[in-house]
Amino acid sequence: MSILIESERCVGCGSCVEACPGNLIKRDADGKAFLKAPDECWGCASCLKECRFQAISYYLGADIGGRGGLMKYERDGDLARWIIRRAGRETVTITVDRRSSNKY
Amino acid sequence: MLRIETIQTDFLIVGGGTAGCYAAIVAARKDPKLRVQIVEKANIKRSGCLAAGVNAINAYITEGRTTQQYLEYARWDAEKIIRDDLVLSMAERFNESARDLERMGLVILKDANGNYVSRGKRNIKINGENIKPIISREVKKYDNISILNHVVVTNLLQDGDRVCGAVGFSTNYETAWVISARAVLVATGGAAGLYRPNNPGFSRHKMWYPPFNAGAGYALGIRVGAEMTSFEMRFVAQRIKDTIAPTGTIALGVGAREVNALGEAYAERYGLTTSGRARGATKETSEGRGPCYLKTVGLDSSREEDLYKAYLNMAPAQTLKWIESGERPSTHNVEIEGTEPYVVGGHTASGYWIDTARRTTVAGLYAAGDVAGGAPKKFVTGALAEGWIAAETVLKDLATYSPTSIARALELAKDKTNEYERRLRAPRGVYNARELEDAMQKVMDVYAGGISVGYRYNENQLAIADEKIGLIADLAEELSAADVDELVRVYELIDRATVCKTLLAHLRGRKETRWPGFGVFADYPEKDDAFECFVNTRNVNGKIQTIIRPLMEGVTYYEHTH
Ligand SMILES: Cc1cc2nc3c(=O)[nH]c(=O)nc-3n(C[C@H](O)[C@H](O)[C@H](O)COP(=O)(O)OP(=O)(O)OC[C@H]3O[C@@H](n4cnc5c(N)ncnc54)[C@H](O)[C@@H]3O)c2cc1C
Ligand code: SF4
Ligand code: SF4
Repeated sequence: MSILIESERCVGCGSCVEACPGNLIKRDADGKAFLKAPDECWGCASCLKECRFQAISYYLGADIGGRGGLMKYERDGDLARWIIRRAGRETVTITVDRRSSNKY
Repeated sequence: MLRIETIQTDFLIVGGGTAGCYAAIVAARKDPKLRVQIVEKANIKRSGCLAAGVNAINAYITEGRTTQQYLEYARWDAEKIIRDDLVLSMAERFNESARDLERMGLVILKDANGNYVSRGKRNIKINGENIKPIISREVKKYDNISILNHVVVTNLLQDGDRVCGAVGFSTNYETAWVISARAVLVATGGAAGLYRPNNPGFSRHKMWYPPFNAGAGYALGIRVGAEMTSFEMRFVAQRIKDTIAPTGTIALGVGAREVNALGEAYAERYGLTTSGRARGATKETSEGRGPCYLKTVGLDSSREEDLYKAYLNMAPAQTLKWIESGERPSTHNVEIEGTEPYVVGGHTASGYWIDTARRTTVAGLYAAGDVAGGAPKKFVTGALAEGWIAAETVLKDLATYSPTSIARALELAKDKTNEYERRLRAPRGVYNARELEDAMQKVMDVYAGGISVGYRYNENQLAIADEKIGLIADLAEELSAADVDELVRVYELIDRATVCKTLLAHLRGRKETRWPGFGVFADYPEKDDAFECFVNTRNVNGKIQTIIRPLMEGVTYYEHTH
């Protein structure tokens, strides 16, 4: 369970650094965010939701059945878009309206 | 040099999670002049159990039902080990707590008449993805609440018998924090990471309970001699394999049943309590009928889409798994497994032995949420309710506590601040915190009823575990830290080892098997009426004393007599 941060997209705003419940994300000398200990990530996705620059992708470790897919998160007002990409496969986007409650 | 910062406050709250934040809100609303200080290891915006979002409000008194019915349900599920006063007093506040969450901005589903829509008998439906940012936004509205984020508390300060503050350090800078307070609430949640987890490799933190809730609150209390109850009622959750995501959403939401590899529904055979359900999958698998599944095959695709969304709102790893593997719930049953044992008073009865007003047995110290014992089935609204009750009690008691001077607090904290400094400066020893954590988790797994032994243990094994955990705790005294991140891990290890020691005493104290899904005491494999009692412990000068207390069925108010 872990995340990847694309340094080209990261503007060093620090939102993910603040949000991580395990204080796992740090900033390097250029102010770019990096995950210090990938095997300590809980997979809560807080960092993903806080990053307004879509610099963070979320993936499943191979030890929990990951297949190399990457998930991103985008906010559009009350809509949250979860975008799942996997090489050689169609991209899947699931949109959740944050004002509507879970059906289950 | 380690910097030392100080704070003087009236009401110190250790842990800005669900219970801690709400205690601050209630206290600040009731007394705008009161100085309230939250100290939080992460950032209250997304710390603790609520970080990923939650699925539903699991504890609510739905239309036509009563708090007494909730109590009876909790009593049945806990096989009687429960405190009526604690469960009733929180249940009386479930609905008002939920309404307050809605006022703060939480989306709760309503019917045409404006009533909350229930899911089963005790749940209401919400969009819980942003529940923690909503609560933290409310906290920030009150000028008299100060928030100290990214500071981990390691010890309480005690002047004579009374708790009068706490000491900790920044997780970002080499700075110690010494806090003097008139009253202290512990709300640090339960303990994960005691046992070797389901996913011990790269995804070792992909567990159900937050891996950052390391049992600090229990350890803080154990060190100052607070009485603890029912740690032996460990929580083993039935979860989705690999992602350790909740199963209730599928079971309650789309009515999927548990089946073994032969397709047989087995749940009734083991009983439908939380422990019984956990037992089912373990037993079926150990007897050669595994793996076990939630039978979802055949589900129609519109409901599948709703499941994806529900999981994105609380356990996004599971939706990613369904999509990227192409193994959708409508085409593949969802494999389930039992987790490693946790100590968590929000689901079971483990935690501080408190009175009805949420006072611990130590003067000046209060407890609420997953760290507090005696009241299982607490969940989000129960944690809020306990924070609320504790805050009201603190407001009442505060007049009896005089402030401790900063100079005195510094003096009381000196050993600890010196210890932080020593660990940061010392060269790396033979072992580091991570290596000792692996050792501890292995001992607990093998000798104290972890996953690998089917949650079984016997007297011999518990004695071995006790000795080995003692050795690991001794080695931990020598640990150094290369930076503050590692210093956090050092103190987490020390806290976990402290919790393990107490847990072992509890497991040894209850010589019966009451919750077979949570653990089987192989020497005493049956339930024994003689153990219709609370097994409590207290640390007296480094020795753990076991105290047996009678159940108090029907008792709705309880005060400590000491
Ligand atoms: C994954 C998950 C899903 C859940 N889903 C639901 C659900 O759908 N519905 C429901 O009703 N309930 C649910 N629950 C249960 C509910 O969320 C918890 O019972 C409740 O939030 C516990 O509140 P708490 O305040 O005791 O702990 P937390 O909210 O975890 O707060 C503890 C806080 O203490 C901080 N802390 C820890 N150690 C220290 C230290 N040494 N110094 C300073 N701070 C420290 C932590 O960072 C954290 O912020 C879920 C729990 C989990 C783990
Ligand atoms: S997913 Fe959660 S635990 Fe992992 S790095 Fe992001 S915020 Fe931290
Ligand atoms: S939130 Fe995004 S942009 Fe900001 S520091 Fe983190 S990764 Fe970089």
